[in-house]
Amino acid sequence: MFDFSKNYFELFGLPVGFRLDTAQLAARYRELQKVVHPDRFAAADAGSQRLSLQGATLVNEAFATLKDPLKRAQYLLALRGVEQDPQKSTLNDPAFLMQQMELREALAAVSSAQDPRARLDALLDEIGGMIKHQLARLAVQLEDGGADQLAAAAETIQKMQFLNKLHAQAEAIEADLEEAI
Amino acid sequence: MALLQIAEPGQSAAPHAHRLAAGIDLGTTNSLVASVRSGRAETLPDETGAHLLPSVVRYMRDGVVVGEAARKAAASDPLNTLSSVKRLIGRGVADVKRIGSELPYEFVTVDSTVPRVRTIAGDVTAIEVSAEILKILGERARHTLGGELSGVVITVPAYFDDAQRQATKDAARLAGLHVYRLLNEPTAAAVAYGLDRGADGVHAIYDLGGGTFDVSILRLQGGVFEVMATGGDTALGGDDFDAAVAIWLLQQAGASATTDRGVMRHALDVARAAKEALANAETTPIALGLPAGGWRTELSRAQLAALIEPLVRKTISTCRRVLRDAGVTADEIEDVVMVGGSTRTLRVRELVGEFFGREPLVDIDPDRVVAIGAAIQADVLAGNKPDDEMLLLDVNPLSLGIETMGGLTEKIIPRNTTIPVARAQEFTTFKDGQTAMAIHVVQGERELVSDCRSLARFELREIPPMVAGAARIRVTFAVDADGLLQVEAREQATGVSASVEVKPSYGLTDDEITGMLQASIDHAHDDIQLRRLVEEQVEARRVIEALAAALASDGDALLTPEERTAIDAAMERLRLVVGDSREPAAIEAAIKQLENDCEFYVERRMNSNIRKAMAGHRVDEFSEEDGRGAE
Repeated sequence: MFDFSKNYFELFGLPVGFRLDTAQLAARYRELQKVVHPDRFAAADAGSQRLSLQGATLVNEAFATLKDPLKRAQYLLALRGVEQDPQKSTLNDPAFLMQQMELREALAAVSSAQDPRARLDALLDEIGGMIKHQLARLAVQLEDGGADQLAAAAETIQKMQFLNKLHAQAEAIEADLEEAI
Repeated sequence: MALLQIAEPGQSAAPHAHRLAAGIDLGTTNSLVASVRSGRAETLPDETGAHLLPSVVRYMRDGVVVGEAARKAAASDPLNTLSSVKRLIGRGVADVKRIGSELPYEFVTVDSTVPRVRTIAGDVTAIEVSAEILKILGERARHTLGGELSGVVITVPAYFDDAQRQATKDAARLAGLHVYRLLNEPTAAAVAYGLDRGADGVHAIYDLGGGTFDVSILRLQGGVFEVMATGGDTALGGDDFDAAVAIWLLQQAGASATTDRGVMRHALDVARAAKEALANAETTPIALGLPAGGWRTELSRAQLAALIEPLVRKTISTCRRVLRDAGVTADEIEDVVMVGGSTRTLRVRELVGEFFGREPLVDIDPDRVVAIGAAIQADVLAGNKPDDEMLLLDVNPLSLGIETMGGLTEKIIPRNTTIPVARAQEFTTFKDGQTAMAIHVVQGERELVSDCRSLARFELREIPPMVAGAARIRVTFAVDADGLLQVEAREQATGVSASVEVKPSYGLTDDEITGMLQASIDHAHDDIQLRRLVEEQVEARRVIEALAAALASDGDALLTPEERTAIDAAMERLRLVVGDSREPAAIEAAIKQLENDCEFYVERRMNSNIRKAMAGHRVDEFSEEDGRGAE
């Protein structure tokens, strides 16, 4: 089998941690794909082709995980043995949840705003800012690495999931608006 | 039949023996084949000197005609002359009802999921029609290059879904071609312009062909292409320009557009000729032959521009959407590559140039640019350029998902995910003792299953009976480097793998293909047994050649003397079987055996190569960069 024993950071020859140099990550990704990608084995035997497919798939998955801060954080928590099951844990932050509801209502009302485009842009900016804020917290929490902080990181991750979902909704509305033009 | 030119085994297990390879642009309106000869990629002409093969197939009682002769017969024999079948390939009966109303064919629906067109020579699928075109191009390449092709690269629109890609590959199989890779057309165009050799940057490929429109944003970084986003419309192109002009002309002439298939066909021909003439002239005369008598007028560039304006605007709005998907703005685009014959129309170039704010690239013939890029890639994949650093990374163009409760889609692999990719999803049983479940795989961006494309239905069987909710069935959806989907299922608790039965929604089953293959071979004078034998011999030699090359490069470093002896012996056994046996199955078994015997070595090589690639990068090398922070 392909060497699946390494964690994604080790596979890319990078230190295990939330902060990473994304340019370095991208460069490593390309070096790895140049070695494992199926295009390198198009004229090879079936065994090499199978292995290459598995290898390239793993490298793609690792890259997608490390590249995205949210996925990277989730992966780090998993490596450190922190359980993250959205079905089991509920977010206990009434203020945050209230804010989510308000934002959702605001998004639903965009189409009836006087200038839907401008209203949407403002909301996109607001949600984007909140995501950035949570990301900064996440970096601190994961860097600290203490058990309390890791538990807090799991909560931050949940909040980011809420926010990302909202952002995706806002983008979908944006696409509808463009379509209507 | 021409046999592969391969050196005697052992004599020259040359690691870099030149293999004959070709790139094929299987287009909606025209198709081409190209190859790299003496270091230059060029399209290959037929014996009359024509490079473009019209993608038109005429079925007659006593045979099949492909290309120009078929196209000429289209007006007189519309029912048996099939063009633009690329619009139908990999599509279902419902799609065909929608598209087909504009196409002058007689569709028949039988029990198969694949729509068929009735012709004088019997009912045919778009896959078989495409195979006829591929056969001609394959033969042209063999004839010109002087030998059997080791493999081909066939281009497809970046927007093609799984069913359409699979159908294209099936057509190649029917045509007797070994497909190295399906390559996205925009990527091929970028390769043809050598953008992969240039500076890092973001490029847009605008491809307006006869029947399809594609726009792709490619990023080149460190010699690697990534498709950042793709979008398009599989049913918009120059044919629609022709139709818009033809309908307008018929209206001007006071004729109804739907009167008669032959009339519509004629009007389309006149419209196309006028459009082409207007690329070089301000006005062009029109002569329409109608049942009621001839009709003459003149068409100007401005009139043409006005007629096609809404269609071109539609492409621009797709460009806008794709830029947003890619997360870049129009002014970040370095080069805009024009592909497809319809980009010769001046109004198209003007509007594209306006939108991106720069002159589009038009130096390479827009009809040939894709085939040329495919040929370059085929040459690399054949291993003819071992030191070449070129590597194309691709994405899946449409999200893959499954149907959940209430007819909603759950995305498993979102669009623009770099392929190959695999994602797993766990399912559980709904009832006590349940031993089977049905899964419906769809492709598309919409929330409702009914708005997406149905790809396949899977039935998981032989699930061990348990109480409801206890079984945990992990289904892995894997998309390979060609963008084709494969599914695997396994029950987690017991480790039993549930068997997956794939019913492609719009594809042919393996049996159907084998049947067609058999029929086409019976038709010719070829002996199926002989053909299989040759195929297995070729495959065996390919395996031996690849293994010998690997051993020569690192066999001593990675293997103990005992292991090396064992592998040499295993290789020798296959050589003997290939030399002696006339039995395809025996050779096939011997190949499998050798592959099994060498599996550990192949794995060792892969891991060693990865170590080499990462060698010199030690973790502590980056500690000082830690402070730079996350994005």
